[in-house]
Amino acid sequence: MCSLGKRGRVFILTLTGDGEHRLSPDVIASVRDALARAKSESAAAGGRGFALVTTAEGRFFSNGFDLAWARSGGSASTARIRLQSMVSLFQPLVADLLSLPMPTIAAVTGHAAAAGFMLAICHDYVEMRGDRGILYMSELDVGMPFPPYFLKLMRSKISDPKVLREIVLEGKKIGASEATAKGIIDRAHGSALETVEAAVRRAEELAAKNWVGEVYGSIRRGALPEVRAAVGLPEETDEERQNLLAASKL
Amino acid sequence: MCSLQKSGRVFVLTLTGDGDHRLSPDVIAAIRDALARVKYESAAAGGRGFALVTTAEGRFFSNGFDLAWARSGGSASAIRTRLESMGSLLRQLVADLLSLPMPTIAAVTGHAAAAGFMLALSHDYVEMRGDRGFLYMSEIDIALPIPPYFMALMRSKITDPKVLRELVLEGKKIIAAEAMAKGIIDQAHGGAPETVKAAVRRAEELAEKNWIGEVYRSIRRGTLPEVTFAVGLPEETDEERQNLLSASNL
Repeated sequence: MCSLGKRGRVFILTLTGDGEHRLSPDVIASVRDALARAKSESAAAGGRGFALVTTAEGRFFSNGFDLAWARSGGSASTARIRLQSMVSLFQPLVADLLSLPMPTIAAVTGHAAAAGFMLAICHDYVEMRGDRGILYMSELDVGMPFPPYFLKLMRSKISDPKVLREIVLEGKKIGASEATAKGIIDRAHGSALETVEAAVRRAEELAAKNWVGEVYGSIRRGALPEVRAAVGLPEETDEERQNLLAASKL
Repeated sequence: MCSLQKSGRVFVLTLTGDGDHRLSPDVIAAIRDALARVKYESAAAGGRGFALVTTAEGRFFSNGFDLAWARSGGSASAIRTRLESMGSLLRQLVADLLSLPMPTIAAVTGHAAAAGFMLALSHDYVEMRGDRGFLYMSEIDIALPIPPYFMALMRSKITDPKVLRELVLEGKKIIAAEAMAKGIIDQAHGGAPETVKAAVRRAEELAEKNWIGEVYRSIRRGTLPEVTFAVGLPEETDEERQNLLSASNL
């Protein structure tokens, strides 16, 4: 479902296989495991100067929650319960990425829809292939409401209310170059391979800054207070900040 | 004071007559009645695939609260009370628009000032005539403070602090072309009939998407949490979201 590799100081998390990389409970758990490993390995190696790239094989980055699994429960109420379980399980994954003690880059190598789009924008940077693939919030077309933390995440990363309206209240399908022009992602590239290379290059540059991971995580969380609150992470305490200072070059 | 018509799947609410469509308690009540009818009729017809256009006859969209009526109260405290009553009635009208289960488009066919400008901004989309008419927050010029829900509306829709400053702290009069360039409105048109036609066309395109009205409303409210709070609407509960899910294409 997902593999964790390393290229120098860059962790590379790949959603493996040719499918749609639907975010089922199993896939979510496997991504969280990989993030936990990246966190513990980087801590064991000094806790500074690492970065993470998340990418996927095949035509999809991720097409969202596993709605087929939800429906296969048998009844409408089981479908709803299963969907709610994925909404609840994905939330701590967002929290994991928000807390990860290193810069994070999504290399969007295919379609990213609904929760899959959210997975991409949970990263500090989003690089995307430009030759094919779209970003799409399908919820309005499918008739589903949003989990509140989805909207908070989008509002934190997309500051133009008209762009947000296009995405969530018009269900617009957006390619990489339009997404870059509208400030949804950072950069559009050519093919999937070029996108991953660019993401790894950016990750290497950021890792080379040798930032203390815990400080990076602290500052990132501070810059995204609504998302932090929405995914149930507590506010940083003065004591925690003091502890970070103790490790600094002060 | 206001009329409600239907053109296919598009409801058209018109502030009638040649006056400046001041938002007196009676006019606000008439608009709220019309919106209640829109809500009821659309629900009775399946609750999906509708849209609303709000427009006005004559040279004004709306010139704001009925200050003449407020002043005719006589004493300073009576004047204040009348002004507050319009403030709180409009607040409920903004809540109605925020909760309307369909896309909303304001066809601004004349001047929109103060509360009249807020009425326009309470819609999802704003089309405006480009040949005459301006948007104007007159409060600073007549020494009136601005109610919190007015600010919440403006800050949610106008994210450039310098543009906001021009409007509320300089009392700038802004014509359609400039308003469009500054992201205050969506589109500037020619004369009033063209503006209404464009608004109805947009409304028809959005209605054709056949979105479930209650889901549209839920998502819209989710994108405007500060306005939702400022107009006294409660946050959506998990239970309400669950109920929406039961009607979806899950």
